[in-house]
Amino acid sequence: MNGYGLFVWSAFVFTLINFFGLYVIIYRQLIKENKKFELKFSHLEKIKYTEAYKQRTNQVLVSSNAAQKI
Amino acid sequence: MLNKIFETLKIISLSKLTRIIVFSLFVIFLTLGLFESLLLSPEDYIQSDAVRIMYVHVPAAWISLGIFSFIAFLSLGIFIFKNKNFVIIAKSFAPSGLVFNLIALVTGSIWGKPTWGTWWAWDPRITSMLVLFLFYILYIASWRLFENDKAAKISSLVAIAGFVNVPIIKFSVDWWASLHQPSSVKILSETTIHSSMLTPLLLMTAAFALFSVLIFLMKYNIELIKIKTKGLDRL
Repeated sequence: MNGYGLFVWSAFVFTLINFFGLYVIIYRQLIKENKKFELKFSHLEKIKYTEAYKQRTNQVLVSSNAAQKI
Repeated sequence: MLNKIFETLKIISLSKLTRIIVFSLFVIFLTLGLFESLLLSPEDYIQSDAVRIMYVHVPAAWISLGIFSFIAFLSLGIFIFKNKNFVIIAKSFAPSGLVFNLIALVTGSIWGKPTWGTWWAWDPRITSMLVLFLFYILYIASWRLFENDKAAKISSLVAIAGFVNVPIIKFSVDWWASLHQPSSVKILSETTIHSSMLTPLLLMTAAFALFSVLIFLMKYNIELIKIKTKGLDRL
């Protein structure tokens, strides 16, 4: 790197660390919120459960466990 | 019509396949981009290998500007259409925009040392990018400090006010004496950067854009789940 290695590598490493950090923070939030949703959904009374399950977004959330994606 | 589009967007964003596709494309573009920018692209005849910092600095600056402009555009839509989907989308883009702004500032500082001999200068473009960073912080802070409806209004006002800074960033190199060079990559006229350097720059820009989409999808999911959890309480 002709003597510029320290500058070049630190810029690239800083970028990748930020990517990783942001990804981990958002991923943890997603798992936390999904667990909250699943817990509430599983504790619904039968009538309310049927009512809630009619909504398409709820169906997607329950059936695919949104936090376990990537 | 608008509601149908948003409903489809919700389903797409919640789908496992969407995120797998975006994540895979991000990994592919990032690998290619890193390979091109660190190994294949030539060194600059003046800056030597220090020019490689451009491949992270410039895309980060472009994406952070693009995201803020989009947030400002959506914020305007919030006042015109009174549609809550605009609020969720704008809010979900903010974290990646802030991180890209930080990357642009820090990598710019790292690049400044070997090329200008200083880590920091109160140059018009650097200063206006710092102002954008402060607007991002204000935008995100307003969501934490105020309750839902009030937060939506205040954060939207912050985004619209901050948008005034966007053309200042873009044209600062033309309006004032600056350490930065004028734009080399232009949409409306001929690009003055060689293809051997333009290719890694575009690959890295694509990778960064895909990363911001991935973070957006995850954050958008979080916001939707929060709303749905609240909805269960009302049943």
